[in-house]
Amino acid sequence: MALIRTSSPHLHKASSTSDVMRLVVLATLPGLAAMTFFFGWGTLINVIWAVLLAVGFEAIIVKVRKRPLGFYLKDYSAVVTALLLGLALPPFAPWWVTLVGVFVAIVIAKHLYGGLGQNPFNPAMVAYALLLVSFPVQMTSWTLPFVMIDQGSSWNVLGFFDTLSVIFGQVAPGLVDSYSGATPLDVMRHRGGLTTEEVWDSLPVLSEGIGAWHAVSAAYFMGGVFLIYRKVFTIHTPAAILITLVVISSMFYAVDPYAFADPFFHLTAGATMLGAFFIATDPVTSATSNRGKIIFGIGIGLLIYIIRGWGGYPDAVAFAVLLMNLSAPFIDQYTQPRTYGHAKAKRGMKGGA
Amino acid sequence: MAADYKKITMDGLWGNNPALVQLLGLCPLLAVTGTVVNAIGLGIASTLVLLGSNLTVSAFRKFVPESVRLPIFVMIIASFVTAIELLMKAFTYELYLILGIFIPLIVTNCAIMGRADAFACKNPVKESLLDGLMMGLGFTAVLVILGAMREALGLGTLFTDMHLLFGPIAENWKITLVDDYTGFLFAILPPGAFVGMGLLIALKNLFDMRMQQRKAEQEPDPGSRPERVRITG
Repeated sequence: MALIRTSSPHLHKASSTSDVMRLVVLATLPGLAAMTFFFGWGTLINVIWAVLLAVGFEAIIVKVRKRPLGFYLKDYSAVVTALLLGLALPPFAPWWVTLVGVFVAIVIAKHLYGGLGQNPFNPAMVAYALLLVSFPVQMTSWTLPFVMIDQGSSWNVLGFFDTLSVIFGQVAPGLVDSYSGATPLDVMRHRGGLTTEEVWDSLPVLSEGIGAWHAVSAAYFMGGVFLIYRKVFTIHTPAAILITLVVISSMFYAVDPYAFADPFFHLTAGATMLGAFFIATDPVTSATSNRGKIIFGIGIGLLIYIIRGWGGYPDAVAFAVLLMNLSAPFIDQYTQPRTYGHAKAKRGMKGGA
Repeated sequence: MAADYKKITMDGLWGNNPALVQLLGLCPLLAVTGTVVNAIGLGIASTLVLLGSNLTVSAFRKFVPESVRLPIFVMIIASFVTAIELLMKAFTYELYLILGIFIPLIVTNCAIMGRADAFACKNPVKESLLDGLMMGLGFTAVLVILGAMREALGLGTLFTDMHLLFGPIAENWKITLVDDYTGFLFAILPPGAFVGMGLLIALKNLFDMRMQQRKAEQEPDPGSRPERVRITG
């Protein structure tokens, strides 16, 4: 029997930033594959383009800040940021939209605040929100899932080179139109007086195409569970987000099923899964303690529902995450765990508990 | 006193710039710098108010009781702002409509109040006038630079609608930087103003730091001076 012959503490090697980031990259692959399968090559091209740009910007800005280049490039954090942004962008987003987004994410949202670990906001979501506000036309035209496109073959996505030319070249108006349409959240939001049931029946994107969104959400869910299993993050934040969203949407759905969408729709139709598992769990910008993470997650879940229901944009994950990023330090201050052996304060602020 | 004037000028334009260093008057600065013409319009209006208020405050400085000076300053500033507002209504009505509430709000611009309280009520008329002019120009310069940045990024043009301020001569001063520009709404919206302002302040600080370094290099090395012998015990 092999005995450990060193004195305590018998710690394992702490996982480094780059190990964690590599795991996150790995966990997004099912989602990326599902997006590519259902919505065509656009997402894959966007992700690759975003990653290239991110590494480039990161190299430049690390050089400008006179930091060791190799060390910062090898932590993969820029790659993850770009990957998440690329997954969130519409598949036919033009190349310059991605360029602006990655620039904002890496240079402004990350390095102007002091680099990895210092940024108060999730860089990918800052970039996404900025793009959504700045380029509403490009950011709200989504691709139809292939099952809804009638082009005579079994996998009706726009070909790889055509997609390339849509993203990098001049957009031929007719080429894209037959491949793009509104998202489920979009049609649910702009329903024009129809009841929820009528929307489901009358719009093909819901009656025929919703399966694509279900599948993509399932893929992200799998990736997220894998990350929880590998202990990259704890279950608290995603569980709090998803449960809150289910509870609040069930309440509204129970009261008035004609005016509100069902809970399952809210879980699967938009970026809920991507946000809950990959974006809200960013250790830098979320709350720190487990209790704090639960409050953080509940806040995101509530905000997602509120902004989706009554806000100006169809999906809300980016805004919800950014707003809660803003309150994370505040949550941390009030959820600081009590140090073991230290009793509760007898008077004044009851910290911990 | 010549050196004094130079210092007042430099302070207003650079060293104590109301927008970049004192960070005063940020509300109109951030709100209306979407285009160059708005920026120039508000800059001129603020400068005129600043000149008038500094002149009046300085001229009456010996008659104003210390305890009620602030209400009196506000009255003076408000009357000048009203005058400017009426002038703009008369001569640049369209621009007045665009700038809207931010013209009457010049009354609450802390930069003007700040100069009245910090400078004009303690200094003679001539110095106060110069201070008002230089502070106003410094403020206007920042407005215009920020306006140009935001207009170029947001709309892809420069000097749009200049005829609102300068009359028909300026009809075709508009420069289109990029044809077919999609528009970058973020730069036009308030967050763009905050980011742009932050970059300008950073740029100024960087420039100051470089200048200081150069100065330090040019000065003789302090180590070469005879060192004072330290006596212990």
